[in-house]
Amino acid sequence: MLKVIEAAPGREVLELNYPLVAEFLTRFIAEELEWRGYSRAVVANSGGVDSATTIALAVRALGPQNVFTVFMPHAISRPESAEHARLVAEYYGTPYEVVDITPMVEGYAAQTPGITPRRLGNVMARARTIVGFDKGEQYHALHLGTGNKTERLFGYYTWHDVADTGPIAPLGDLYKTQVWGLAEYLGVPEVVRGKPPTADLEAGQTDESDLGISYRRADVILEHYLKGYPDAYIVGLGYTEAEVARVKSLVNKTHWKRHLPTNAVVSTTAIHEFYLRPLDFRLG
Amino acid sequence: MMIRHAVLQLKPKKGHVGHNLERIGQALREIRHHRPDVVVLPEAFLSGYFLQGGVREVALTQSELAAAMSALYDSLAWDGPLDVVLGFYERDGGIYYNSAAYLELGGRGLLNIHRKVFLPTYGVFDEERYISRGNRVEAFDTRFGRVAILICEDFWHSITGMIAALDGAEIIYVPSASPARGFAGAEPANVIRWKSLTQAVAAEHGLYVVLSSLVGLEAGKGLVGGSVITGPEGNILGAAPVFEEAVLLGDIDLARIPPVRYDNPLLADMEAGLPLLMSDLERVMAGSKVLEKIPRPVRGKALVRG
Repeated sequence: MLKVIEAAPGREVLELNYPLVAEFLTRFIAEELEWRGYSRAVVANSGGVDSATTIALAVRALGPQNVFTVFMPHAISRPESAEHARLVAEYYGTPYEVVDITPMVEGYAAQTPGITPRRLGNVMARARTIVGFDKGEQYHALHLGTGNKTERLFGYYTWHDVADTGPIAPLGDLYKTQVWGLAEYLGVPEVVRGKPPTADLEAGQTDESDLGISYRRADVILEHYLKGYPDAYIVGLGYTEAEVARVKSLVNKTHWKRHLPTNAVVSTTAIHEFYLRPLDFRLG
Repeated sequence: MMIRHAVLQLKPKKGHVGHNLERIGQALREIRHHRPDVVVLPEAFLSGYFLQGGVREVALTQSELAAAMSALYDSLAWDGPLDVVLGFYERDGGIYYNSAAYLELGGRGLLNIHRKVFLPTYGVFDEERYISRGNRVEAFDTRFGRVAILICEDFWHSITGMIAALDGAEIIYVPSASPARGFAGAEPANVIRWKSLTQAVAAEHGLYVVLSSLVGLEAGKGLVGGSVITGPEGNILGAAPVFEEAVLLGDIDLARIPPVRYDNPLLADMEAGLPLLMSDLERVMAGSKVLEKIPRPVRGKALVRG
């Protein structure tokens, strides 16, 4: 009787070694802050899993006393967001403060008849950017970006919001599925990582209903699409043509959003076109 | 004779050549009681690795490098000569290279420069946009024996290690800069790959491989470290940690090479067998995709059909 062994087929893997990822991202926060001249961070604490995970990493990198977590509610924010933001700050032992952005946002809204809920949501998101930068100034800290790879690829965020504008963003190359895995390893409270993700900018909003696909399904499609697998291969993994089309459509409508603003090029020294230096380049 | 090696797995300060030279000095003062004979620094250590067009602002000529290292050596009041392998961006007139130098400080000075041949220009890498390829792989003699230098991707192509070994190298020094990627396993995937490469090349040719791998975050890209010294049977003799600065010490004993090669005479076999394959090498290169639009007669043995 011949012994028969079957090799496992190769496949793309989203599951990561989260202790190793945590070690690397901790080092990333410390080193990228250090050469910029900082040892403290501000994190916009929304009560969601992305900000909680960012806070957990920053605490490892800098110590809890050097991570200033700021909850920035608006009158329409869900009540549980406040509970969860406070819970995360208490759990990781960080400073915690509340900046109510309602007066900032409504001050503008009062001068802007007919403003829609979507526009108002964008104003909220960018009001938080103003606070994030100012709190950085106050504490001699940089605010950390909290965006993940899935929402970046989908363009599912307000351009230049507080999550998008952090000069250092530890989660930007992790799919949402991977953020959940990392959050579990880092001990983010279950009530925070288990709830449906929401931008909390409009009443009743959830990410997955806005996107029209679940994160766990989208992330597998994204990973294969980015690596160049044809649609038929992805469909063969158990995804529908409509899901693949939706994912590709979102990615390909939003490339601009992942770049700096477009400058007209008229010379052979145009910045980022001809004159190319990495952002950490400096001479001395 | 034991040759005391120290791999200096250090983090450079981007663009600060003077600071990085001084960092080498600090490290040497710190480890001088270990009495290293040869210290090995990573690829592009003098400036950091990812520079884009900044290469031309930090590159040194060979004589500038030799003078700077000689001054550094003089400042150390070192007891006897000290050999150094060091990666840096080189300027030669208006041409730039990703190079590594072998210097015998306190002795004959600059002994060899290797210019990286295989310039990764894909994915996160963009070398050939800014620098030119070297076109030589050669072994050379040091006061300890015959060695060669290969830089990073040079080493990922098995032909370079083979040429170095056939040219008599008994130690291959490999300065590298490898950004971490692939976080599913126990170590970053590129570290696992690097280790297996050093083991494969060392064991195939019966020689030592000394890998010196850069560390430090460069705009989100985490240069991974994980330097190793690998012996002629393909065993990893010592490994530095990932991500952090460290010094990896190791005694290299060239007297072990002949017995290992006697057990596994693969290099002698290569010397004997390679000439038999040269015509096939020429044939496949003549028909390679690079040249496919130029029809050439197929050389080599005729196939007997029927």
